Amino acid sequence: MTVLRRRSNLLTVAMLVFLLYSFFPLFWLFISSTKTTGDLFSTFGLWFGHRFALISNIRLALTYSHGEYLRWLLNTLIYSVTSAVGAACLATFSGYGFAKYTFAGRNALLAAVLGTIMVPVTALAIPTYFLFSKVGLVDTPWAVILPSLVSPFGFFLMWVYARDAVNDSIMDAARIDGAGEMAIFFRVSLRSLAPGFVTVVLFTLVATWNNYFLPLIMLSDSKYFPITVGLSVWESETAGGGGSNSALTSMVVTGAMLSVIPLIVAFIFLQRYWQSGLSAGAVKE
Amino acid sequence: MSRPANQVLGSRLAAGSPPPASSAPQRGRRRVRARRGRYGYVFALPFLACFALLFVLPLGYALYRSLFKTQLVGGTVFAGLANYTQALTDGQFLAGVSRVALFFVMQVPLMLVLALVAALAIDSGLLRLARLTRLGIFIPYAVPGVVAALMWGYLYGPDFGPAAQLAAKLHVTAPDFLGRTLMLPSIANIVTWEFTGYNMIVLYAALRTVPRELYEAAAVDGAGPWRIAWRIKVPALRPALLLTLMFSVIGSFQLFTEPDLLQSVAPTVIGPSYTPNLYAYSLAFTSQEPDYAAAVSFLLGLVTVIISYAVLYGASRRSRR
Repeated sequence: MTVLRRRSNLLTVAMLVFLLYSFFPLFWLFISSTKTTGDLFSTFGLWFGHRFALISNIRLALTYSHGEYLRWLLNTLIYSVTSAVGAACLATFSGYGFAKYTFAGRNALLAAVLGTIMVPVTALAIPTYFLFSKVGLVDTPWAVILPSLVSPFGFFLMWVYARDAVNDSIMDAARIDGAGEMAIFFRVSLRSLAPGFVTVVLFTLVATWNNYFLPLIMLSDSKYFPITVGLSVWESETAGGGGSNSALTSMVVTGAMLSVIPLIVAFIFLQRYWQSGLSAGAVKE
Repeated sequence: MSRPANQVLGSRLAAGSPPPASSAPQRGRRRVRARRGRYGYVFALPFLACFALLFVLPLGYALYRSLFKTQLVGGTVFAGLANYTQALTDGQFLAGVSRVALFFVMQVPLMLVLALVAALAIDSGLLRLARLTRLGIFIPYAVPGVVAALMWGYLYGPDFGPAAQLAAKLHVTAPDFLGRTLMLPSIANIVTWEFTGYNMIVLYAALRTVPRELYEAAAVDGAGPWRIAWRIKVPALRPALLLTLMFSVIGSFQLFTEPDLLQSVAPTVIGPSYTPNLYAYSLAFTSQEPDYAAAVSFLLGLVTVIISYAVLYGASRRSRR
């Protein structure tokens, strides 16, 4: 061989197949959201039907039952943004404290928190429900937000990140200039912590946005539902169970299609942050 | 950089020589550090308080609650470990645990190998459209499990799933994806679809931190891209792979969303104890046995933690050999 091949066709084709696998359900979802329920059942799934009903489907999804869909979407936004920013603030503030200060009991506390990374959050959901029902928090937005604020993995990520990204000598220089520890955190260190902070925001946001088990347990009033629980209710109303309302299937499909757009758009614009912060956590054992 | 001072201290400790008697400025520095240590508590407190209230307390409450039994006659009485002995001989619970264990064995290796191959391919520089591939494979992670299950449920379905439509055109019977035998593989496919991209990003992020000079040195020594991937990159990915493996243990043993959604399309296949989490849910909210539900939740959490540690321990032993 005289020419050094820089690209591999085999690998490219293999990855294109993978891409196809990732996209085809979403493609199906989009196509289906443009169909009337009749076309949904009678025309081929991977291409458009006789009528292009996207607009009327969207209108139906957004106005059905006094516009509950929009309310659920708004709830999801509120829950996930509050939880994500709250969890990231807690993780950053305390992860930094553990990384940059020496205090009695630090290592024991650190071991206690890191030891719980493997405790599944879902295992806590049912006991948390019983506790919350004692103090009247069940069936309020707080029941979804509060448990999402504590992320041992987010804490771990920020601890590692703060250890590596915040420069001790800059902190010392600020001290010599007479800055207090809080001022150092807010004015000096926070800038270096920002990429890690954004990463924790992102993965808590996705986790809360996509969460189903916790809100399903905690909420019974449909005005507090996030979109996941709402869609699941719609689905069980149309399919299986009663099956009485299968005329609304195209509305469920359209609701599902609309619900994935915000996060996909966010992913496209924020993709570089996933990498920068995750790499810190992923290289440490 | 404050490296030199640390290195001096390090070499002194290594040499075993006693530190010089503390002089006045050093004592002063120690006092400063102690005062500064108080700020450590200030910083640590918010997270630790929330952690205690929202993580440790529910865990403790589950344990406490699981030691009681509520009866129609006599109310709530202390029952010791009765709930646990009941769970360990409860056929429904055990069947659920072995089902998710089978799921773990079946789905996780496939997903992680796919994620690893994709991460290596994107990192190799041999790929056309690498950026698009990376983003595209990651996109399903943005789709909520509820929507993924709903979507695939329709795709699998006999009514308007493309597979069923194609089979009808060809006058053959489509495989019954939502039947008893194929249900678990069908769920495995949904989970693989959702999470391969996430795992790929974790692995890819770790790959980017491997010093490029290592590859250049290997290439100079005549190693091709495949050899570099297998001999340098995969070993460098060990910590990241363990991380993804750990999260996969949790994901498998806590399986809930996908089977819960598919329940409405296949109620005869997915019963209320199909997975342990579904079982705990139905115990707590359908059959009103909160104490037993607490025991099942706690036991399931324990099983998950034990298996995570077993996986980590097994992996670290194998690498030492």
